[in-house]
Amino acid sequence: MKIVIENFSLQYQDGTESLRNINLEILPNAVTVLFGPAGGGKSSLLRCLNRLNDLADVQKMAGRILIDGQDIFEPKTDVTALRRKVGMVFARPVVLPMSIRQNLTYGLELAGERRPSKLDEAVKRSLQQAALWEEVHDRLDDPAIALSGGQQQRLCLARSLALQPEIILLDEPTSGLDPISTGKVEASLQELKKDYTIILVPHSVQQAARTADYAAFFLQGELVEYGDGKELFTSPKEKRTEDYITGRFG
Amino acid sequence: MNRNLVQRLGFGLLSTVAFLTVLPILLILGYIITQGAPAISWEFITAMPYGGMRSGGIWPAIVGTFYLTVGTAIFSVPLGVAAAIYLSEYAADNTLTRIIRLAIINLSGIPSVVYGLFGLGLFVFFLKFGTSILSASLTLSIMTLPVIISTSEEALRAVPQAFRTVSISVGATRWQTIRRIVLPEALPGIITGIILGLNRAAGETAPILFTGAAFFLPRLPGSPFDATMALPYHLFVISTQIPEMPFQIQYGTALVLITFVLTMNMLANFIRSRARARRQW
Ligand SMILES: Nc1ncnc2c1ncn2[C@@H]1O[C@H](COP(=O)(O)OP(=O)(O)OP(=O)(O)O)[C@@H](O)[C@H]1O
Ligand SMILES: [Mg+2]
Repeated sequence: MKIVIENFSLQYQDGTESLRNINLEILPNAVTVLFGPAGGGKSSLLRCLNRLNDLADVQKMAGRILIDGQDIFEPKTDVTALRRKVGMVFARPVVLPMSIRQNLTYGLELAGERRPSKLDEAVKRSLQQAALWEEVHDRLDDPAIALSGGQQQRLCLARSLALQPEIILLDEPTSGLDPISTGKVEASLQELKKDYTIILVPHSVQQAARTADYAAFFLQGELVEYGDGKELFTSPKEKRTEDYITGRFG
Repeated sequence: MNRNLVQRLGFGLLSTVAFLTVLPILLILGYIITQGAPAISWEFITAMPYGGMRSGGIWPAIVGTFYLTVGTAIFSVPLGVAAAIYLSEYAADNTLTRIIRLAIINLSGIPSVVYGLFGLGLFVFFLKFGTSILSASLTLSIMTLPVIISTSEEALRAVPQAFRTVSISVGATRWQTIRRIVLPEALPGIITGIILGLNRAAGETAPILFTGAAFFLPRLPGSPFDATMALPYHLFVISTQIPEMPFQIQYGTALVLITFVLTMNMLANFIRSRARARRQW
């Protein structure tokens, strides 16, 4: 088990109970998909996994999240190290206002890496993994903002890969992309799962079914069903899952 | 056809109005330049005044204004920018910060002569700095602070929240995020605010009237505890206090003051465009 989520609940300051008693075990070297209708708590759960939710107005949190057996909410947790280990790609591609290269080396430099050879190596490797190297290798010092939306999103993926994380969280990473760019991102994920633990919130049920090795269906803060991707999308056990997959609500 | 005509009329009207708003500025500039230019000479800029200030130059006033501006910057820039960073990046939105913001807004509405009186009480008498560059700079700093704080805070807030989130998500601390992402992004705006504030300080008479300005000083100030001549106050003095003042000297002084302020503005623009260019957009 790479990640173990135990009796995890989350409530925001405004009273919204976004997650209720979630129990979930996530395997390494696979794509685990969290899907379900809007407001189900998928993004909230992702943001808890790298403690980005520390920035939000959280009122109450209960239960535990273990990564490699370590409780990430323990006071002694090194949060910045955790965030390097658990990379995140957001729905809207946000490139930092720097060059393509600097976007990739930023996190490494913060972590203390100064050797140019190491940095160059990370730039090349991460861009290749995100299937962007061919398109940008001759203009690494151009402003990242000049890339197309699809390229920016792959740069964001590369940016988290540059840190050599172990887990990659992706929150609707292709929601703003055309089918071709979407295909490229999905293909990289299938390649990446050999080395990483991947958790994806897809932007559609179709994408969920296409990419999932394991799938978890979230409905209003509750984990309704969790299991093998193929099985869940062909023969769901829960009526509510079936209704959602077949488009009867949500 | 008809619509086209309306549009053309509209544009014509707008450009006329736009021209009318800059007209007074052009007139003032033109008038001061034509009246003041004959007075400008190497001697006028670099010599001490003599003969009851009716002859000679305005060098001590130029130096004095320079010292006061630098002095104001020393106090107000670090404090103002730090306060802006605190308000925008760290402070929670609570009653205390709301009171602070309200105070800042109201401070910028206080007439400058009131700052002068306050500086007289606090710096000149209570803290015993005397009528000095130090007292005047501190007084001008207090007057300048609200401008620097509010423009800097605005510039910091204009930096997209997503940049901060992304930076944090790749393992940056809050301070690293501010130093490496937020500050560089906001820098052009912050510099504009600083120059705006300092420009106002450089041109003010009332706050330095009681706190540091000298009517006439036949030498340059030697320490921060000396009083000093300054361009705006000198202009006031030679325009109202001295009979039979040759008017070229008045306009010459005004021209130098305006040039000083405009040069600072241009410097600000230069720094801003350099900052932009370095960050490539
Ligand atoms: N920072 C926050 N502060 C307060 N409430 C929040 C915050 N973030 C999320 N919520 C609430 O928590 C609930 C779950 O939101 P979340 O974004 O996790 O859902 P989601 O499953 O990702 O939805 P979507 O598919 O629309 O992205 C919602 O009711 C939302 O309003
Ligand atoms: Mg979401």
